[in-house]
Amino acid sequence: MEPTRSVQTRSRGRWLLLLGILLSALTLSGIAASPAVAEDGSAASASDEYEYHFSGNVQYNDEPLEGVKITVEGGGFSADTETDADGKWTIGVPEKTEYTVELDEDTLPDGVVVAKGENPRTAEFGLTNNKSVNFFLGEGTRVTVSFFDQLINRVVNGLNFGLLLALAAIGLSLIYGTTGLSNFAHSEMITFGALMTLTFSSDVGLPIGIAILIAILLSAGLGWGLDAALWKPLRKRGVGVIQLMIVSIGLALAMRYTFQFFYGGQTRQLPGASPAEFHLGPLSLSWVDVASMGISIIVLLGVAWFLLRTRIGKATRAVSDNPSLASASGIDVDGTIRIVWVLGAALAGLSGILWAYYRPGVSWDMGFQILLLVFAAVTLGGLGTAFGALVGSLIVGLFVELSTLWLPADMKFVAALVILILVLLLRPQGILGRRERIG
Amino acid sequence: MSSDAIPTKKPVKSVGLHVGDAVPGCKKTDPILIADGVKRTFGGLTAVDVAHVEVPRGAITALIGPNGAGKTTFFNLLTGFDKPDHGTWSFDGKSLAHVPAFKVARLGLIRTFQLTKALGLLTVMDNMKLGATGQRGENLFRAMLPFLWRKQDDEIEAKALELLGRFKLDAKKDDYAASLSGGQRKLLEMARALMSDPTLVMLDEPMAGVNPALTQSLLDHILDLKTQGMSVLFVEHDMHMVRHIADWVIVMAEGKVVAEGDPYTVMQDQAVIDAYLGQHHDQDLGATDTGHVEALKELIDDEQ
Amino acid sequence: MIDWGAIFSNAAVEVLSPTTAAYALAALGLAVHFGYTGLLNFGQAGFMALGAYGYAISVLTFGFPVWAAVLVAVGASVVFALILGIPTLRLRADYLAIVTIAAAEILRLLFTTNTFRDVTGSANGLSEYKAGFRALNPFSFSGKAGFGPWMFSANDWWNIVVAWTIVALACVLVWVLMRSPWGRVLKGIREDEDAVRSLGKNVYSYKMQSLILGGVFGTFAGMIFILPRAVVPSNYATSLTFFTWAILLLGGAATVLGPVLGSIVFWVALSFFSGFVARAVEAGWLPISEVQSGQLRFILVGVAIMLMVVFRPQGMLGNKKEMSFVK
Repeated sequence: MEPTRSVQTRSRGRWLLLLGILLSALTLSGIAASPAVAEDGSAASASDEYEYHFSGNVQYNDEPLEGVKITVEGGGFSADTETDADGKWTIGVPEKTEYTVELDEDTLPDGVVVAKGENPRTAEFGLTNNKSVNFFLGEGTRVTVSFFDQLINRVVNGLNFGLLLALAAIGLSLIYGTTGLSNFAHSEMITFGALMTLTFSSDVGLPIGIAILIAILLSAGLGWGLDAALWKPLRKRGVGVIQLMIVSIGLALAMRYTFQFFYGGQTRQLPGASPAEFHLGPLSLSWVDVASMGISIIVLLGVAWFLLRTRIGKATRAVSDNPSLASASGIDVDGTIRIVWVLGAALAGLSGILWAYYRPGVSWDMGFQILLLVFAAVTLGGLGTAFGALVGSLIVGLFVELSTLWLPADMKFVAALVILILVLLLRPQGILGRRERIG
Repeated sequence: MSSDAIPTKKPVKSVGLHVGDAVPGCKKTDPILIADGVKRTFGGLTAVDVAHVEVPRGAITALIGPNGAGKTTFFNLLTGFDKPDHGTWSFDGKSLAHVPAFKVARLGLIRTFQLTKALGLLTVMDNMKLGATGQRGENLFRAMLPFLWRKQDDEIEAKALELLGRFKLDAKKDDYAASLSGGQRKLLEMARALMSDPTLVMLDEPMAGVNPALTQSLLDHILDLKTQGMSVLFVEHDMHMVRHIADWVIVMAEGKVVAEGDPYTVMQDQAVIDAYLGQHHDQDLGATDTGHVEALKELIDDEQ
Repeated sequence: MIDWGAIFSNAAVEVLSPTTAAYALAALGLAVHFGYTGLLNFGQAGFMALGAYGYAISVLTFGFPVWAAVLVAVGASVVFALILGIPTLRLRADYLAIVTIAAAEILRLLFTTNTFRDVTGSANGLSEYKAGFRALNPFSFSGKAGFGPWMFSANDWWNIVVAWTIVALACVLVWVLMRSPWGRVLKGIREDEDAVRSLGKNVYSYKMQSLILGGVFGTFAGMIFILPRAVVPSNYATSLTFFTWAILLLGGAATVLGPVLGSIVFWVALSFFSGFVARAVEAGWLPISEVQSGQLRFILVGVAIMLMVVFRPQGMLGNKKEMSFVK
């Protein structure tokens, strides 16, 4: 029996592998294996993370070329490698889906380029688990994208990413501000929005616009339900904020695997996920990018208006500032917190939909992939300040994208997390936070 | 004397504490704590802006003022729990600027908090033992070898028992501090502060939330501190108590020291009355902290 | 038909497994952090990764002997604790939570990236570092020995003996420390650090010592963890930390034996549960796929964490009154 290997594991949430190996340990039950990870004997499978492989051979005039960089990207996964002394390369990928394989022409010798139209190219697995991708090389001069053009593209991408992070971060920050809870289940609220959109568009067959609206409404409902069924009763019991945080971790774990239980481990695409790109000077964009940024900006302005101008918004900020004082001044604290949960969940759901287009793809752990970035954004801006969360998100978004100019693609999240630690070192209260008063 | 809490025996007041007129910032004959130009702002709000103030040694000094006068912030600044924008202050001749809170405590300046900080899930005895300084067993590596610290720990326990006896908490020594009443926690916090033999004890509202039956005992303990040679600086709202036990009163309003003097004269100072009432001349008095106003009215009645 | 014998004996094996010992030790480290000091370390997986990689890289890349490799791993985790602690231990408790979880992820990404493939083995991880440790094995029988379901090879017994000896020593150490004045200061910090500061204790330094001590426990746990398996970066993801927390909360956060008991109960129950579900699925009793049966156990762990925290915050062994949670 081929045990769990048919699970389509995926991407940066590589920890699914843990699950895979857990399962193989248990289905191969004859072995008295420790359940966490494969024993030595099966180290061969453990030593190779993925079972699907792209491979190829880079040669020019029958001479192997060493040190040529190959990148594989798709389904939210990316990896790169370099050819060895024989010109050979192999990259393991987590699932059978369509990937883009690109050869970095800068790493070829001078005067050698990939044949026109060949690079980058898309590749898919057939019936086997291996697929070879070879590039035809020829003489020619390559058209390089200048550093400046790359920079512009990265900045725009970073803004787009930062704006969608901000949608999630503001909700997280408002919830923290009003209840003191660091909500680790926020990632699952992000995933929920994308999964619902997928269900109502692809599975039910509704137009994407209507599916998105339904998904956001359901997200808001999820926020309402979580507060009504879980958080409000816990507040009434007087459960401390640290306990609440650990409860949210348990909730996140349960929700995430419930998603996987029903939706499986694979990545699926929303309608219109890979649109044509158009060029604006050095900038290449798709209408999805433009729409995503437009929606984010409009919604963020709406949230700002809500917080600054409406009665409920002002009450929210008052509760954030000092719950007991707000309560004493006749503000309905529980009602306000309920609204914050509904709003926060709806924003997280929307953020998840945009994230599904940005990655691109919908999967059960997609929210968890950016949870730490959202936390980093909120912490950078100053815990509990909504506008700080916006600034923090933009910084994180830009940082993640710009870092790929210098860092390998598989390390782009590292930069953002390092920045988080550095900022705490230099300005612990966050960029817009205030120093606290003791006593 | 209207309140039951006021004891019948008259405590001995220290006199001759100051040099020259009793004006804000006046010199003391033997100051233990001197603050100069200490300023702390929160955003645009100035919480504390003290030009000069001296706290006399061997006496009980009360720090009073309306809510928001900056008393607690001033306490935090003096004890290293908060950092001022600028200013210098010294304790026993040693500058305390930029000295962290735990070192301030080791110098012999121990404070308590407005909201009691009894360590709820430690026993009363553990609370007391924590108060002792210079414990060998508090070093990680020596802690692994009990024979290095056992003897000292026993001495500390004996001392703690003696203090607990004095504060009538000895029967509770094995209970969690969380099970004590509010007043007992105040007592515990004070007893714990004494474990380190401090020279200056700073009490932030020692009477707040204490049941009247225990107030007398708390007052006596504060007076005891003086007889044992310690200096006391305390924040209090109850004017009867201030007048009863304080040798000297410092009045703060809006972050500044507005009056100083012995408790009998300072209450009649126009600046003090202004501090409590004046800031709200144009407003409905009902909106102000009526507790203070009542207390002040009572005091004025008492004097007549 | 369901093979109950296999399910029970698989579950029984978990009692002695080095993996159970590793989780127990990692959870004991968290008990020092959280149960006794009130520190929220959500990066225990990072400390474990440093143990595993510190040991394996020292052996493979530098050819160090066992004792030197252990020292390297411990040194690395002390440095890691300092880097985490210096910026965050002066701040509110939840900052430490976010920074530790981020730092552990940074480590995992650094161990996974292709950039350092020569040293870390990238996503494939490392193996072949065990010769030095096995050379120290005093057991020399061939085949399997033991009793009942506990039949292991000589190498397995050596792993088990070393793993549980380290756990026992760590328990004794924590027991002694938490009865000393040092432990008293930690517990005071857990309750109210400002009060402890006002009594002249250098709270920052004590929190740092606690972070380092619990982190070093995590590092040893990481080294025990790789005794029966290879070093694979995906093992050190956030879920490892969450499992360790679940074990800590299950056993009792402010107890010495709670993490050990928690780990045994956790792994025995999980093995039993998944063994049962997997076979029930095979037998067609449950209308779910085998893959889904694996996800059920994660859902179960999540729900268990929530229920424990809300209804029995002191854990199995904790004193009801001494709930270790910061209010």
